[in-house]
Amino acid sequence: MSAIVSSGTAARRSNGARMFNRVVIYGLLAFFAIVYLMPLFVMLVTSFKTMDEIQNGNMLSLPSAPTFEPWVKAWGETCVGLTCAGIKGYFWNSLKMVIPAVLISTILGALNGYVLTKWRFRGHTLVFGMMLFACFIPFQSVLLPMATILGSLGRFGITLQNATGFRFGFGNPTVNLVLVHVIYGLGFTTLFFRNFYEAFPTELVKAAQVDGAGFFQIFRRIMLPNSLPIIVVTVIYQFTNIWNDFLFASAYAGTGESMPMTVALNNVVNTSTGVVEYNVNMAAAMIAAMPTLLVYVLAGRYFVRGLMAGAVKG
Amino acid sequence: MSTVTTPEISLTPERSTRTSLRSRLQDALPKIVLAPSFVITLVFVYGFIIWTGYLSFTNSKTFPSYAITGARAYQRLWRWTFESDPPSSWYTSITNMGIFGFLYIGICLGLGLFLAILLDQKIRGEGLLRPIYLYPMALSFIVTGVAWKWFLDPGLGLEQTLHQWGWTSFHFDWIKNKDFVIYTVVIAGVWQASGFVMAMFLAGLRGIDGEIMKAAQIDGATTIQLYRRIIIPLLRPVFLSAFIVLAHMAIKSYDLVVALTSGGPGGSAWLPSNFMYEYTFKRNEMAVGSASAIIMLMTISAIIVPYLYSELREKSR
Repeated sequence: MSAIVSSGTAARRSNGARMFNRVVIYGLLAFFAIVYLMPLFVMLVTSFKTMDEIQNGNMLSLPSAPTFEPWVKAWGETCVGLTCAGIKGYFWNSLKMVIPAVLISTILGALNGYVLTKWRFRGHTLVFGMMLFACFIPFQSVLLPMATILGSLGRFGITLQNATGFRFGFGNPTVNLVLVHVIYGLGFTTLFFRNFYEAFPTELVKAAQVDGAGFFQIFRRIMLPNSLPIIVVTVIYQFTNIWNDFLFASAYAGTGESMPMTVALNNVVNTSTGVVEYNVNMAAAMIAAMPTLLVYVLAGRYFVRGLMAGAVKG
Repeated sequence: MSTVTTPEISLTPERSTRTSLRSRLQDALPKIVLAPSFVITLVFVYGFIIWTGYLSFTNSKTFPSYAITGARAYQRLWRWTFESDPPSSWYTSITNMGIFGFLYIGICLGLGLFLAILLDQKIRGEGLLRPIYLYPMALSFIVTGVAWKWFLDPGLGLEQTLHQWGWTSFHFDWIKNKDFVIYTVVIAGVWQASGFVMAMFLAGLRGIDGEIMKAAQIDGATTIQLYRRIIIPLLRPVFLSAFIVLAHMAIKSYDLVVALTSGGPGGSAWLPSNFMYEYTFKRNEMAVGSASAIIMLMTISAIIVPYLYSELREKSR
């Protein structure tokens, strides 16, 4: 956006105006940067303060004597409901749920995208459209039937246990959540891979077919080695979404030992018994935010790309 | 799998059927691979939607009942829609949805575009600023809620801080005020999503042909004219995509209300999603909960279906 100037005075005047413009622009950008950073800053600072300092000091001031105590307490001692063993167990719960759910939904999405672009059949647009629409439904409209089905899976698990001594994961809340997240993540993963493979040269697939390569061989030898960027995007997108999910988590694993992190955090913060320990709450929130923030810091570019692809076009 | 029993005579035809079976299997393989996902979608998305729709026509309370009793749940919702004094929970939820949806989408679009235009002025340190605007999107609504709950708390957060700095008449207790609590949800929601909208607009701006801008400048267009007359109209597809994303995020919003306000005083911060959850799982009005879920679905469909239809048609052409 370079200004086009001819005479000297105009140049000088427009230089002054330009300087002013630049100052305003940088000032606005800095102002908004501060606004966006503020809540994180307050959270972080508070999590290193003692309760005494929080009650008597300023929210924005740095901790006078930084203490790790709140973090230790949040991780290992704070009360979630009636059990007081910190949030560490719930952190692992989330991890145990997220990893299989991400892996399975990504693999299925890759296969679906491959079929929907390179092995087209009549009605492929309809199939894709129906899977895509599933991304946008409010999950409230499937919440109740899913609860019923998971309930009967649980009863089946008890029957199995009586018969064989094992439940084979039936009725386990973590397994249930993996199932739910795979099912309702399929639309997104399929969308990502389909749009990516759409641009992948079909001639390569045709040539491999002529050479006698089969369906899975082409997928393994040609498609997958070229899919790294979209795999990263999909994994990050799914990881963030599933880690951050609250609705399914609170509906299907809302109480007891197997709560995921988000539900546990909400319980810690909204507990009404005893003195509210704001520093511990903030430390717990930071711990809950850590995995997704870390992913964002390490692979922000892919994170953004995934969000954009979620907008169908981008 | 099959064993050959009569080798002599049937050798040739048998082999041919076997190869044809095999090649037919090969041909069907892509469909077999896709089938599980498609069936899952049919059952767990469309089947479940029908199931929920069915429940909304029963008189299910705590447990599902499967005897159709008519559209009573919808009649009740319809009656509640006009019950404004004292406001019914449904009236509160849908008016909140209107306020939240309008402000959240509007401010996110405005602020996102504004930040994107600022960032597009050949800024030094863009690589540092962009992630700062965008990181809230990586946080869960629960974490966002916890952070803003603290920040907006009159006794602890912003109000207290400004009092300490000497502005003692400053008063900001929206989060505890039943008439204003929904606006705090807007603040936190905008904080979380506007950076993402900024990224979408920035990508759109970067995709505009530089020649067009140069031509306009040579014609003597001022910067403001350039943006108003040329650039912003060119960004129309981005507006549409961003609107779709924001609209469906707004209708799905549930966690933020729970974490930030715990529903607000007397449920005054409820959105339809909270209404559905509370009526289904806490107030034992399953039929009413299901009916509200169906209404939410219809609302989203009215926005999404035409969009997806035009997108897919465009692509398959």
